[in-house]
Amino acid sequence: MAELITYREAVAEGIARELRRDPSVVCIGEDIGAGEGVFKTTAGLFAEFGPTRIWDTPISEQAIVGAAMGAAMTGVRPIAEIMFSDFLACCWDFIANEMPKVRYMTGGQVSVPMVVRTANGGGLGFGAQHSQAVENWALTVPGLIVVAPSTPSDVIGLMASAVRSDDPVIFFEHKALFATKGEPAPAGHVVPLGKANVCREGTDITLVGLAWSMPIILEAAELLAAEGISAEVIDLRCLVPLDAACVLESVAKTSRIIIVEENPFQGGWGGTLASIVADEGFHDLDAPVKRLAGASVPAPFAKHLEDQVLPSVGATVDLARRLVGG
Amino acid sequence: MTNSTKEELASWYDQMLVIRGTEKAAYDLFMTGLVKGTTHLASGHEAVAVGASAALKPEDYVWATYRGHHHAMARGLSPEACLAELMSKETGACRGKGGSMHLTSAANNMMGSYAIIGSHIPMAVGSAWSAVLRKTDQVSIAFFGDGATNIGAFHEAINLAAVWKLPVIFICENNLYMEYTPISAVTAVQHPAADRAAAYSLPRIVIDGNDVLVVRDEVAKAVALARAGGGPSVIECLTYRHYGHSRADPAKYRPEGELEEWMMRDPLKVLRARLVESGVSEDEITGIENAVDAVVKEAIERAKDAPLSDISEAFTDVWADGGMQWRN
Repeated sequence: MAELITYREAVAEGIARELRRDPSVVCIGEDIGAGEGVFKTTAGLFAEFGPTRIWDTPISEQAIVGAAMGAAMTGVRPIAEIMFSDFLACCWDFIANEMPKVRYMTGGQVSVPMVVRTANGGGLGFGAQHSQAVENWALTVPGLIVVAPSTPSDVIGLMASAVRSDDPVIFFEHKALFATKGEPAPAGHVVPLGKANVCREGTDITLVGLAWSMPIILEAAELLAAEGISAEVIDLRCLVPLDAACVLESVAKTSRIIIVEENPFQGGWGGTLASIVADEGFHDLDAPVKRLAGASVPAPFAKHLEDQVLPSVGATVDLARRLVGG
Repeated sequence: MTNSTKEELASWYDQMLVIRGTEKAAYDLFMTGLVKGTTHLASGHEAVAVGASAALKPEDYVWATYRGHHHAMARGLSPEACLAELMSKETGACRGKGGSMHLTSAANNMMGSYAIIGSHIPMAVGSAWSAVLRKTDQVSIAFFGDGATNIGAFHEAINLAAVWKLPVIFICENNLYMEYTPISAVTAVQHPAADRAAAYSLPRIVIDGNDVLVVRDEVAKAVALARAGGGPSVIECLTYRHYGHSRADPAKYRPEGELEEWMMRDPLKVLRARLVESGVSEDEITGIENAVDAVVKEAIERAKDAPLSDISEAFTDVWADGGMQWRN
């Protein structure tokens, strides 16, 4: 078996593969060059590709995303890094008003083939302005592809698809997953956008997650199996395109579903998925559609407080037991 | 000032008249209810658009604001495509999906008009960066109003362009008012763009934006500098908008006599005088004026006659495959 790689290494590897493949791909962001990124997710890129492909910027989120956009519209495929996903708010005009709308409002005259990568979510104790899970922000804007991988090989495979997409992509890398390990990706590995991954098959209940919540629900499924409850586990991988068909197919088999999401319940992506399941899967359901989401509070700094506001393995197992038993 | 041939002057006069006539038509069509929404007319700003455009090659990039009809037309968008877009017609530049505030002519590298103040300024930096990456000698221009100089994106963009020495020119159309408020009342410097240039180690350039020749010359210098790898320039053009900010604005905040004073320096009057000076006869000038009149009239009629864009347009062009599907 090949050596395992970390999620963090996979980010740099995924970018490097695209830089090698296509000379029109460039990187732009803060501290991504010789500094190799504050999360070391661009490690080795500056050494291999140099300053003509890896561009360090000032702390100017609007200039970073705006310049990437102008370049994307004129023959380049930029990968822009916004260091923490909380900072998407600093360039929200570009994320919400510009990138996703230009194709439409020009009547299809212009494409914006670019990726905005960003470190998302909690788990590292960075407090309310550096620990938010904001994938739901991106979901609210028609015209953005929204990607959030959970494993190293998915990071590489989805990065390939994101960079090659002719549509703008928000690529959420998860801070709490950077140190996790997984199988390396084979050469030429590409994971299509909008194709969920059934990580574990089951018959009693469907557990759906994304990025951070994947290790939670995989562990929950393991514990449930020991109790004789067979859980099917789905990694959505992308919020847009959303593989709703995969979830509906699973619910047709299991008749129960729990959606486990890190972002706040208030406006969280699970609400959109739950509405689809409640509507189109209604006749398959033997229990209410359930969501376990972050509490609707700012992210607390202290670990013991953060543990209170995020979904847990225990809560997932408890809820699954009640749904299946009830 | 550099010399210009009679032909050049006549060609600019022609273009500026077409813009003026089309803006007048937009106003009239709005009043008759054929143009909906809003329009931000650029009558009075023609010399900036036409003068700058005269300093560019066709492959150079131009980015504009929601007050951008003149920039789109100066780069080659037809008056018909402009007016048809305003009237939501199939033949409109964006087939009715952009409207007045988002006129775009990508075929002419006129990369769009943006209605969030200042948002396109970093994008122009991006197309300049792109030219460097692709090793072309293309130059980019961002046109913006005085109001945009107080927004963060303006400063982030100029700083980045200066640090990276990018071939981009930031052209401020200072028409004295940010929407309804005098720019001087809300800005800590006298010249909102030019006086900020020093903060990015760039020279202070303020010019008469109502003289097409002055604009062409100054922009040509900046273009030459940019193509030679000398980096960006900020040029502040002093000009005046003849109408209010938007269709909702009768511009009652303007002091008495101000409009009249600026009308004396109307860019069309200035250029007409230059034409006479350079020996173009009154007959020839009238000939241009009549020809433009006919062109604009025909554009109005053709735009009016065109069908509305198809209702299916509401659901196309979200994604690269042309569709709108976000889930399966």
